[in-house]
Amino acid sequence: MSMTDVDTVEAKTATEPRRVNKSELRTARGLAAPAIILLILLTQIPFLVTIIVSTINYNLLRPNDRGFTGLDNYISALSSGDLGPSIVATVVITASSVVLSVVFGMVFALLLDRAFPGRAVARTLMITPFLVMPAAAALIWKYSMFDTNIGILNWISRSLGLPIVSWGTNHPLATVIIVLTWQFTPFMMLILLAGLQGQDKGVLEAAQVDGAGPWRTFTWITLPHMRMYVEIGVLLGSVIIIQVFDPIAILTRGTGGTKTLAYLLYERAFIGLDIGQAAAYGVVTVVLTLIVATIALRTLFKVFMAGGSR
Amino acid sequence: MLSKKRTLTLGAGAMATAMALAACSSGNVSSGGDGAGDGENVTLNLATVNNGQMKDMEQLKGEYESANPGVTVNFQVMEEADLRAAVTADVASGAGQYDIVTIGAYETPQWGANGWLVDLTEPLASDPDYDVEDLLEPVRVAISNDGKQYAVPFYGESSILMYNKEILDEAGVTLSDNPTWQEVADAAAEVKTDGMAGICMRGKPGWGDLFAPLTTVVQTFGGNWYDADWNATVDSPEWKEAVEFYKTMLDESGQADPVSYSFNECLTALKEEQAAMWADASVAASLLEADDSPVKGKMGYAHMPTVETQESGWLWSWNLAVPSTTQNQEQAIDFVKWATSKEYHQLVGEEIGWSNVPPGARQSTYEIPEYEEAAAAYAPITLDVMSSVNPEQPGVNPQPWVGIQYVSIPEFQDVGNQCAQLIADYIANRTSVDDALAECQGLAQPAGEAQQ
Repeated sequence: MSMTDVDTVEAKTATEPRRVNKSELRTARGLAAPAIILLILLTQIPFLVTIIVSTINYNLLRPNDRGFTGLDNYISALSSGDLGPSIVATVVITASSVVLSVVFGMVFALLLDRAFPGRAVARTLMITPFLVMPAAAALIWKYSMFDTNIGILNWISRSLGLPIVSWGTNHPLATVIIVLTWQFTPFMMLILLAGLQGQDKGVLEAAQVDGAGPWRTFTWITLPHMRMYVEIGVLLGSVIIIQVFDPIAILTRGTGGTKTLAYLLYERAFIGLDIGQAAAYGVVTVVLTLIVATIALRTLFKVFMAGGSR
Repeated sequence: MLSKKRTLTLGAGAMATAMALAACSSGNVSSGGDGAGDGENVTLNLATVNNGQMKDMEQLKGEYESANPGVTVNFQVMEEADLRAAVTADVASGAGQYDIVTIGAYETPQWGANGWLVDLTEPLASDPDYDVEDLLEPVRVAISNDGKQYAVPFYGESSILMYNKEILDEAGVTLSDNPTWQEVADAAAEVKTDGMAGICMRGKPGWGDLFAPLTTVVQTFGGNWYDADWNATVDSPEWKEAVEFYKTMLDESGQADPVSYSFNECLTALKEEQAAMWADASVAASLLEADDSPVKGKMGYAHMPTVETQESGWLWSWNLAVPSTTQNQEQAIDFVKWATSKEYHQLVGEEIGWSNVPPGARQSTYEIPEYEEAAAAYAPITLDVMSSVNPEQPGVNPQPWVGIQYVSIPEFQDVGNQCAQLIADYIANRTSVDDALAECQGLAQPAGEAQQ
């Protein structure tokens, strides 16, 4: 955008560069205006409303007890001790699910990148978990996989003479991460598969001619090529998984370190029915998410950049 | 770099929107019934919960519509949690979307006191055919506020002990009709095998899940949420004893994955003979005795086990109420009366089946010969338990609210829910009983102080 502006200015004779610039700027602004107005309407006004509501004493079930309370809602949100564990839960669940689905996604992408009969069918089947609705996926896992009486996982361990695993009671964190990994592996696989198929076959042949084995080819040629695709996968996966709700509501109800920020907000708003306090939690969450996202993601990508040249 | 920043901003924006929407959901205004008036066509919007009896009502609404030309009843059937959120938001903000709402025993007295519901005392009492005295007394008490009746029970339930007679007989274990919790725990330990739990009890965190049976256990052990002056008493020795008893029973002879289990999971376990006993809602008996149930005819039923009290059953009802914002008050009340009348119970029996008649609402239902026959296994005990529980004082000591397995104050959903998570952590050995109860006491105390 800025490049074209400079070009245009230089192309004109030096008569009235400012005026030309201004009118072009106006056109540009006019074209962008509808999108910006829509963006403001959809994001900033609700956010302002949230900030206003967060300063009001507003419990749905107490209609006679409403009024301005200043920062009381924030004080109770910050002093309740719910935020800290919730941030930890969000980070742990998001990070482990993203890392695991990238690893599995890479394995499946490498397998599907080879030519074999029935590849199209295999690819469709592999994508299916991502197409299942999150709530349905969580329910399927709850009853058909994790259940101690009728679940497949415990049927397998019973058949092998191993002890039964009480997933929901003893391993709530693992339950949520397993379901999320299952759901997001196909998503990562698709992105990584696109990257693999965009690889220059000539370079791979050259490596083969030079006597590089499959492992060296993978680590020295394929992996550096895939860095960008991994980055995209991690970024998109984090943005989606950070707001995950369904598996937690259905499988663990927030016990055992699985109460993420999204679930905490739901509890405050729809079980607490205290709209003012929920709004305060929401504002605090937005601020925290912005800080954490800015710092963590930048550090993450610096590591990637420093890892080698593109 | 640019794309990265933009994604971040978008993500943050989307999150902010989501939160603001959550905050604004109460302002979800929608125009409801068509303009009312004599001779005009009227549409009644009814919000209800998705269980069998309500679906039967939807199926039979045509009978009402043909008897009352010009009236159309529009059903909006939802999951319990969705219903609670949608109806609370609608009624609390006065949006007036619904003409009739289905609400639980927990909300009814609170909403009545807030002036959100039409007082039905006079319209019901003035109609001799309706026979309001026939509605079960404890249920009517539980949903009244200040002597006024703001809702009508559509169906009601208590809790009972259900056990597989075959399994208990084989182990040589017998249970009386009024067992104690110690007897039940011993029996559960006796019949337990490697492949089968002795007893299935709710452990899933939630004020309506784990805390429905656990509150009644605490009450019969002598504890309660609050004393007569609204001081929280969760850190009392009685609570500790009751919660420890509950966990020990689950550890020794309960289902393998207690924190994942609630009503539906235990129902499956009982049907599959993966558990021998179960103390839960009395409505479960009709499901265990249904034609497609593998344990039909094998079950025995007893009163909820006790320790220090005479009875320990809970009391719940789904009720029909008319929000005061409705434009069609007269027609709405008329439909509510129809759906809870003796004639409606006859209609369900004749059209759908006698075992489908809504239980626990009317005394006279239990005198219908066809119903007595169809529900012979569980009708007498249901009626017996439902008429003998005392919602005004379920525990050992007097309490300042009406209700058994819940405290009818707005904060209870939240307090109960968070405490249930703490106790679930104790059941899963992630915390100690003292820490869990101390933290729960800290949550319950401010809620009680708000009532003082």
